[in-house]
Amino acid sequence: MTIESADGLTEVEEDALAEIANLGVSRAANSLRQMLGEQVFLAVPKVQIVDRQTASALVGRGSHSSKLVAVQQSFDGPFAGKALLIFPEAQSLELVRTIVGEQHSLEDVIDLEQEALAETGNIILNACLATIANLLRRPMHMSLPAVIRGSGETLFGGPGAKDNLVLFLYIDFRTKARDIQGFIALLMDLPSITALKTIVTDYIRNVELGTDQAAR
Amino acid sequence: MRLKPNDVSGMNYNILIVDDSKLARMVVTSALRRLRPDWTVTEATSGDEALAAVKNGGIQIALIDFNMPGMDGLALVAKLRQTDKAMPIAVVSANLQDEIIARARELNAAFVGKPLTDEALGAFLTGATLRLRNANHDN
Repeated sequence: MTIESADGLTEVEEDALAEIANLGVSRAANSLRQMLGEQVFLAVPKVQIVDRQTASALVGRGSHSSKLVAVQQSFDGPFAGKALLIFPEAQSLELVRTIVGEQHSLEDVIDLEQEALAETGNIILNACLATIANLLRRPMHMSLPAVIRGSGETLFGGPGAKDNLVLFLYIDFRTKARDIQGFIALLMDLPSITALKTIVTDYIRNVELGTDQAAR
Repeated sequence: MRLKPNDVSGMNYNILIVDDSKLARMVVTSALRRLRPDWTVTEATSGDEALAAVKNGGIQIALIDFNMPGMDGLALVAKLRQTDKAMPIAVVSANLQDEIIARARELNAAFVGKPLTDEALGAFLTGATLRLRNANHDN
């Protein structure tokens, strides 16, 4: 787990958020593995409080091209934000073809692309968010998935959103055989960060007291 | 030494927890306090620290996180197995992918899912103590 310049979070909070995100994304990776039929390799999670422009730049940096496709789901509850599954756009068709099966023609795959991406994102992001909600014991409402195409700025907001600080959690993943790479990101705004800090503090206290298991 | 009724071996072991996350180590330590309050817990935050702790001696059981910076948990188990074929080891991870679980099995390590439950950890610890006791009888 790497933590960089996350002002406003204590070391323990940063550590806890990274671990909680890791649990969520690890479960999501298992869903993706089942869909792709090959192992998904995860990097260690990163937690940062950054402005939206920096978040956009971080997303653009890791990919081969600046054109991205993302499946986005909003979540709402004691804290709110967006969860995104992001790929370079050039890999989108290959990914969909892998998931629906090689027997389908390219034409079929193009027809299916939007729907298949949304469904894939829905399964993976729900696996991630449901794990986090269960862990913190706070139910979350999740919106329907939306497919977005564009640059990192399209996804997270550009220079106009510079002062808009967000909590940004992200994990890179890749597969070897088909060389698919992408990442899962969670984005929360400042009021949600405050709410999340309280919930995470409660969670840590319960772990320390050993009451975490008792209520399960 | 008084024996606890739930301590099948009557022995107190030194268990190594390897995880880069402090929270994750707290979760495991907290569960161990409930399940095996008399055991000694040693913590390591990386594969290198874990190797050093085992080299120093006195560790009988290890619980190892998979996704860590540097050496991952399975690479660590592989290194530990070069010198100790029998130590009860569990890989602890939310990453339930077939390949990870299969690799753990190949390395003669158990797999315990995260989020950790007392039931899953307890089952591993019971198995581990039985194996250690049998190994002692064989010697």
